[in-house]
Amino acid sequence: MRPRPCALYERDPSAYMPAMSGKTLYDKIWGAHLVAEDPNGESILYIDLHLIHEVTTPQAFSGLRANHRPVRRPDLTLAVADHNIPTEGQAKGVDAVEDAEARLQLQTLGRNVKDFGIEFFPMGDVRNGIVHVVGPEQGRTQPGMTIVCGDSHTSTHGAFGALAHGIGTSEVEHVLATQTLRQRKSKNMRVNFVGEPIPGVGAKDYALALIGQIGTGGGTGCVIEYAGPAIEALSMEGRMTLCNLTIEGGARAGLVAPDDKTLAYLMGKPAAPKGAAWDLAVGYWKTFFSDADAVFDRELTIDVSKIAPTVTWGTSPEDVVAVDGQVPSPESFASEDKQAGARRALEYMGLTAGQKITDAKVQRVFIGSCTNSRIEDLRQASQIAQKALDLGLKVAPGVRAMVVPGSGLVKEEAEAEGLDKVFIAAGFEWREPGCSMCLGMNPDRLVPEERCASTSNRNFEGRQGRGGRTHLMSPAMAAAAAIRGHIADVREFL
Amino acid sequence: MRKFEQLQGVAAPLPAANIDTDQIIPKQFLKTVEREGLGKGLFYDFRFDLEGKEKPEFVLNQPAYKGARILIAGDNFGCGSSREHAPWALDDFGIRCVVSTSFADIFYNNCFQNGLLPVVVTAEELHLLMGEAKGGNHVFAVDLQAQTICAPSGAIVSFEIDAGRKEKLIKGLDAIGETLEHAADIDLYEEKQRRARPWAA
Repeated sequence: MRPRPCALYERDPSAYMPAMSGKTLYDKIWGAHLVAEDPNGESILYIDLHLIHEVTTPQAFSGLRANHRPVRRPDLTLAVADHNIPTEGQAKGVDAVEDAEARLQLQTLGRNVKDFGIEFFPMGDVRNGIVHVVGPEQGRTQPGMTIVCGDSHTSTHGAFGALAHGIGTSEVEHVLATQTLRQRKSKNMRVNFVGEPIPGVGAKDYALALIGQIGTGGGTGCVIEYAGPAIEALSMEGRMTLCNLTIEGGARAGLVAPDDKTLAYLMGKPAAPKGAAWDLAVGYWKTFFSDADAVFDRELTIDVSKIAPTVTWGTSPEDVVAVDGQVPSPESFASEDKQAGARRALEYMGLTAGQKITDAKVQRVFIGSCTNSRIEDLRQASQIAQKALDLGLKVAPGVRAMVVPGSGLVKEEAEAEGLDKVFIAAGFEWREPGCSMCLGMNPDRLVPEERCASTSNRNFEGRQGRGGRTHLMSPAMAAAAAIRGHIADVREFL
Repeated sequence: MRKFEQLQGVAAPLPAANIDTDQIIPKQFLKTVEREGLGKGLFYDFRFDLEGKEKPEFVLNQPAYKGARILIAGDNFGCGSSREHAPWALDDFGIRCVVSTSFADIFYNNCFQNGLLPVVVTAEELHLLMGEAKGGNHVFAVDLQAQTICAPSGAIVSFEIDAGRKEKLIKGLDAIGETLEHAADIDLYEEKQRRARPWAA
């Protein structure tokens, strides 16, 4: 079954005409989920999907037990084990996890989901993987929904036109108990991406360029809708990468209005509606878009044709530089605080102002994370690996390069396409799924002063291991860095 | 939840911007299944060197700032990961109030869930408070009811806070209990959804 008229996704304005025109996509999702408004200015929003994992939930379940509260809608809750699982030997099961604390946390999740009747994909299950890969892949993530998870990168699901954001553990407990969340409405911001990208540039570069422009606090208090021809041209995987990184710009959530690509991705997924229900659902989903006369509190436009393959040089995702550029000098920053921050970042990163960023030698490469571990990401990285093999090249001596697929199903699909063989032949490690070295809660982490080309989302001090030096970039750029042994321009391999 | 009304105590200056939650509480402390005892991991990489010895230069290791109850911090405090372990660690360490020009959204929410007060001030006010915290006397007084911070010199900075959040902190209200009072509204919403969106409900 294929989505019908693929080229003619017609949005349905009828639900909001005429009295309620002028609404943004965010306004519409918000309005559709309002349960009650408290006089104190808080709204109670219904939550359609609650994703949970082992790290941010144990204390929430303890709270429920202490207060004798049940989980209101276990059927709208889905659990995975992703943050601290090892990326090898998963078939041996949780009891074989060496790290005693991680093992206890995983066992605790297993007990909690059983006691409260929640669907769970345990470690080793082919459906398990990074929570933000699993939700979309299972078709649990759908347009117009509200989705929360005790993880800041929940913004990923906004790629489907769902209002999705991270919450703390107290809020996890609140959602488990009530299937709602107390919220204050954010401001509407829209970023229009126009123009055509040069070869080698994609969603990761768009996101880094945007954060570089607005700063890590630039979106604070806002929900960002991504729009424009360059967004329409992005694949669902690309949109997920962009929405994923929205939180690094400080915004609560990122959104892309659903279109034919959204439908094509969803159709046939295990939890997607089928048959007549699909038609009903599509009719509903088509009501989610920003009206032509919607007013945004803030709006900006980015011409993607001006974006080069981009990497980070410092310890904040806003510290970006074009791959053919140089490490900036602290004096180039406006304020004294920023200058001090840049000096500290250069010292931590072991870089010198003015040096070419491509001179930075890497010892580690990490291709994975909820930002970039989907099939398209792995295809892009494997194309560079294949090109290297064609040129008689492999992962550079002294470099350890890991590829960690986002889920068991991504791993299976990649293996069916033979991507694993390309990676292995080129000298990459092909691992089992999980969050892995993005945050280093499992055994995959950097040692002090190790430099890593990483497709993840945070280059904070110590994020990938104490003293570790992270450079964020796209999967293709990370693969190029693995081959060259230093940060490299992917265009050399195109 | 514990109430927050007034707080008097030492304020420690931490002028760096973009202090993220990975800095506040590093990953190795997230494997706990408890809320308590996280103070030992607070600012771990700032407080301790690779051998686990205290770094004397870090503000919270300095004798003058021992027992700090308040942090005066740079822009965009608490950005990054949603980990509620960050406010849990601050609280366990004894810090119940953080003052900055801006906070990351999730961290800000998480503070209110735990009886911690995040105070937003202007850049000029932060400069003033930071200067005083670096001075000879670091004892500040925070009054949530009056929405003021009194610096050691006697200078008073007023701050804005959402009335609903303020009331909850002062009364120590339980958000889940309050929401469950809306159970009928939630039932009604679900019933409507079952009719409107049968495929989803």
